[in-house]
Amino acid sequence: MTAVEDSAAETPEAEPGTPFTLDGREVRAKDGELLIEAAQRHGVHIPYFCYHPRMTPVGMCRMCLVEVDTGRGPALQPACMLPVTPGMKVSTESEPTTQAQDGVLELLLINHPLDCPVCDKGGECPLQDNAYAFGPGESRFVEEKRHYEKPIAISELVYLDRERCILCDRCTRFAKEVAGDPLIHFIDRGAQTQVNTFPEHEFSSYFSGNTVQICPVGALTSQPYRFAARPWDLTEIESTSMVDTTGARVALQASQNRLVRIQGVDSDATNWGWLSDRERFVYEATDSPDRLKEPMVRAGGADPVPTRWNTAIGRTVDALTGPADPRRIGVIGGARLTLESQYAWAKLLKGLGAVDNIDAQLGDGLPAEVVLGLPRATIAQACEPNGVVVLLAADPKEELPTLYLRLRHAVQFDGVSLVEMSPRATSFGDDVAARLNPLPGAAGQIAGALADGMVGTSLGGVPADQLTTARQLLTSGRPVTVIVGRPNLAESADHVVSAVAALLRLVPGARFLPALRRGNLHGALEMGLTPGLLPGGRTLDTTLEGWNMPPQAPGLDTTGILNAAVAGTIDTLVLLGADPITDVPDADLALAAFERVGSIVSVDSFMTESTRRADVILPAAMYGEVDGSFLNLEGRLSPVQAKVTSPGQARQDWMIAAEVAAGAGGDLGFTMLADIRREISEMVPAFAGIDWSSAGHGTDGPIVLGDRTFEPKLAETAPVPPSDDYGLRLVVDRRLWDKGTMTANSASLRGLAGTAALGLSPADMVRLGAVDGQEVTVTLSGGATHTATAVTDTRLPRGAAHVPFNLDGLDARDLLAATKPVVELRVTVG
Amino acid sequence: MATNTYVAHAPGYVDNEGVKIVSSRFGYEDSYTLERSLATGGYTAMKAALRLPPAEVAATVKDAVLLGRGGAGFPAGIKWGFMPPVWPRYLVVNGDESEPGTYKDRLLMERDPHQLIEACVIACYALGLNMCFLYVRGEMALAQERIADALNDAYAAGLVGRNIDGTDISIDIVLHWGAGAYIVGEETALIESLEGNRGMPRLKPPFFPAAKGVYMKPTIVNNVETLANLPFIINNGATAYKQYGSEKSPGTRLLAISGHVNRPGVYEVEQGRVTFRELFYGDNYCQGIRDGNELKMFIPGGGSAPWFFEEQLDLPLEASAVGPAGSMLGSGAIVVMDHTTDAVRACLRVVRFFARESCGKCTPCREGTSWEEQVLERILDGHGRPEDIDLLLEIGASISPGAYPVAAHPAAGLDAAPFPPRQTTICPLGPSSVAPITSAIRRFRHEFEAKIDAATPFDEPVHPEESARAGSPA
Repeated sequence: MTAVEDSAAETPEAEPGTPFTLDGREVRAKDGELLIEAAQRHGVHIPYFCYHPRMTPVGMCRMCLVEVDTGRGPALQPACMLPVTPGMKVSTESEPTTQAQDGVLELLLINHPLDCPVCDKGGECPLQDNAYAFGPGESRFVEEKRHYEKPIAISELVYLDRERCILCDRCTRFAKEVAGDPLIHFIDRGAQTQVNTFPEHEFSSYFSGNTVQICPVGALTSQPYRFAARPWDLTEIESTSMVDTTGARVALQASQNRLVRIQGVDSDATNWGWLSDRERFVYEATDSPDRLKEPMVRAGGADPVPTRWNTAIGRTVDALTGPADPRRIGVIGGARLTLESQYAWAKLLKGLGAVDNIDAQLGDGLPAEVVLGLPRATIAQACEPNGVVVLLAADPKEELPTLYLRLRHAVQFDGVSLVEMSPRATSFGDDVAARLNPLPGAAGQIAGALADGMVGTSLGGVPADQLTTARQLLTSGRPVTVIVGRPNLAESADHVVSAVAALLRLVPGARFLPALRRGNLHGALEMGLTPGLLPGGRTLDTTLEGWNMPPQAPGLDTTGILNAAVAGTIDTLVLLGADPITDVPDADLALAAFERVGSIVSVDSFMTESTRRADVILPAAMYGEVDGSFLNLEGRLSPVQAKVTSPGQARQDWMIAAEVAAGAGGDLGFTMLADIRREISEMVPAFAGIDWSSAGHGTDGPIVLGDRTFEPKLAETAPVPPSDDYGLRLVVDRRLWDKGTMTANSASLRGLAGTAALGLSPADMVRLGAVDGQEVTVTLSGGATHTATAVTDTRLPRGAAHVPFNLDGLDARDLLAATKPVVELRVTVG
Repeated sequence: MATNTYVAHAPGYVDNEGVKIVSSRFGYEDSYTLERSLATGGYTAMKAALRLPPAEVAATVKDAVLLGRGGAGFPAGIKWGFMPPVWPRYLVVNGDESEPGTYKDRLLMERDPHQLIEACVIACYALGLNMCFLYVRGEMALAQERIADALNDAYAAGLVGRNIDGTDISIDIVLHWGAGAYIVGEETALIESLEGNRGMPRLKPPFFPAAKGVYMKPTIVNNVETLANLPFIINNGATAYKQYGSEKSPGTRLLAISGHVNRPGVYEVEQGRVTFRELFYGDNYCQGIRDGNELKMFIPGGGSAPWFFEEQLDLPLEASAVGPAGSMLGSGAIVVMDHTTDAVRACLRVVRFFARESCGKCTPCREGTSWEEQVLERILDGHGRPEDIDLLLEIGASISPGAYPVAAHPAAGLDAAPFPPRQTTICPLGPSSVAPITSAIRRFRHEFEAKIDAATPFDEPVHPEESARAGSPA
């Protein structure tokens, strides 16, 4: 430390920044830097409670008061609100400073209950820590403390103990400023000031758990962690959330080999320390009673029965080697796996088995070549100040909630303009600069009109002024990022691809951020778990050393595999952590395929609807139990680390692949993780220089995108289906809380999934004469009818109908068909 | 035109001898009507001002050394110069008068709303802006109604709004009713409230209203009485204005005197030319202490001000004299207490006000004021401990560190500590609660000690029935 100081003192002029005096030392702050941050960088910790580096400072708790002389004599100033100015003299240890700190701490503690021994925060509590380090040591308060009802549930997941609250405004500020869910607020005043919810409105935010993490006392506790452990019993490891493709950085915390808590880790590149409640509480799934703990095989049509690994591997080898032609094998899934396991399975199936009917997407994604072939943006690039973001994806708050927080910050604070091209309006609400909301099937046409400058008249229900604004924004020269995903499961991905092609024609320099949600999907695509591509996004004609039996021709995607199975040209179906019965939009197709196919091998962590129908079940270790790597939607490599051991005989996916290879008389050549990593670095040029043991540890991982040996096929060819005046176009998208495997297996989250109803625009409700909650009949173009409950959906454009996917109530899968470019339906009352 | 139904003036104004700059119409029963205003020279200053360059109007106000009447006493003309060249910008009129003892702005708003409206237009014009918010305290129903009526009449007469008086100048005045919080009298809290948020002060720096005020745009916040001086200044010029009052503090002040005097009320008094003694005992003013009693203490500038005693009676009524003597003239609210007053009880009374009105935003004020209140209550309940007296002072020091302003007490060898106090808080509300404590203990420590000496020991219940309910052993 002294060495650094000395060298800094020698060349003070050469150094950029603002010189100031910190406790007698001459140091420099970055221009505009807050005193509290500058002091911390120079090794002086100024205590605080309300300050949070990712939120606007408010200067409320007064804990960071320090004596500052800006030339007009020393005065106490809050360091969290004070930018350093040249020549400022700061004394963090002077008598007035320490007296102010003593005073503030004594005042904070007079009404704070001394229930630390039974408080979840005890042991990791900033109030405790600061009281020890900076406080007066004893209290002179002999009056009765303030009393409130002990913890009240302010949501399903969060409890509030107002007696412990020190009113720092962190949770309320987070709710309003970061999450945009201002559902908790200060009420009453003076010493009676308290945080509370509004009557009849609970704190039902997707991000509520963050308030628990940033609470500087034990006032906010989470239902899943309450009384689960003491901080000093916890051990933790840093990892990456595999729950969605954002790849939020997390700390996995365990006590007695059980995951008990996940905390957000501040990563500049991704989550800024925030997590959605799904990313935070999903660890409960590791303890689910539905975990698969031992291999099972089906013996003669009955339920699968437990068996030994050898037997199960043997049956798997039989299923894979039985079909004479590798084209009679189909593999669905792989996004749940780590990058290393994905490579192992890709090598097993593609390199040694010539199987190319492999798809990590379940019919709800985009063509791999489009995802891999488009120029990729980072989250930071998408959020670049004064940029333009086109939202050609479903509501990110529902699908990629942590990404939503970053985008929301960019829009709220950094002047980013949003062009909304999802058919249903998103959670950005009035922050959207241009609201296009094309009807299903019309996205390509709308984007084409923008590219052609045909914005003078309204088109397909999109008003001319919105088209004009959108074109102005896109041609303004500001950096453009397109968030591209599947905004609607009820229309073909071709419409999205058409829109992408048109946008690229209009803005050749546009970058793309894929908003596909499925876990480590980008690792899967990069490792070749997709038809027609080998690791590194290379085509099948690439020669890879050791891949002795590569596929000869591009295979089928998930829909193709299921169709082929129904047609009888697939004998063996392998599920890599996939549940097609629940997850594929066209459920009838999946069910029919499962009926017809010869043998099904499921590698999974849970007993799902699909696993239940498998002939061989191989139990796999899951997130929290596996070591490996993750590739997020930016292409950023970050480590996944095991904190607890997997239950029973569950094994890591790559080991299962190696066992299967050995069982078939082959050899993947892997006995440990490092072997796979070494081979990936050798096989995939983009990974060539990666130091796997340090990449992404304690820092943001590198962007790793393979060399593309192809150009994405982008055509503006998807025809706009004609619509009749009585038909409604269906929009199906996902909610954060649904019946997905991870959520359904997490005890605290399971109950949060709502019920699906048929959403209709206010105009269509009036046209139909329907009222909220009314039973209506839905007739599909094929003639099938379903009964549904109609509700007003103010986010929908006129002429569209909305059903959320994978919830109780109206089953969206009943309405979907994989073959249709859009789904038309008619709604009648009565 | 006017549809006002007649409501009698609320009492409070004392029509005595002397110069009347802002209260010139207060004696009329119909002083609040447009007719009376126009018949007595109303809006002539505005019409003249609109035909001068704005800079000249602003220069006249600056020359007149118009000191702010809200409490801080900062020259309005200089404050006006702080706005950066950024538009839109706003004028906010602080009519949230709620300092304990203060009721002079209420009279200005109730009895002469047109004078205020005229002044707002002049100020807006001088500041180069066209949107003025008139924030009136929630509890002042009559003032709100009369301003609303007056605004309607002024709009109808073309004196506010589009193309005022046939010029190409358009200025809008928006009346906003407060919801009843003392703290909203603080300018940044007022702005928060105006924006629709909880009335909690903003930190200065960086949120000086002149740079970042309403909607983070440059904003001037002026007190009602400050602005009420503008018509006179424009009509008569800065030199004429400076003939009144003292050199440092020209003009008059409306002083609201309450408490144990024979004739309490609002008086318009020339600054610096009258002493407290003359004000309390003079025939033209309060006419002495009630029942011929002895003066015990008086608060010279509202509940926030440290107390004065007989030694300070000969100070002139002028901020520059009161400040160094250890208190402030503040908002011109003077509370007089005679020798029958219990100093400890009076102290609790004022402290309780601040504890109840603390907004809860920052720690020292939220926790400190209520702690002070609890300790004082306990002493008065007969539960005091000897260490409580110093404890009160030390809680005060956590809110307001350093030497707290206090009046000199030559007999006790105590020197004056000048105003203002230092603070660990965001705004001056918390430190204000220390004023009565420091004042009372420094002067009347023996009264505290007497109560504590007579107290039940602290660990014995004063109210046995309550302790029994709480389940403690008898």
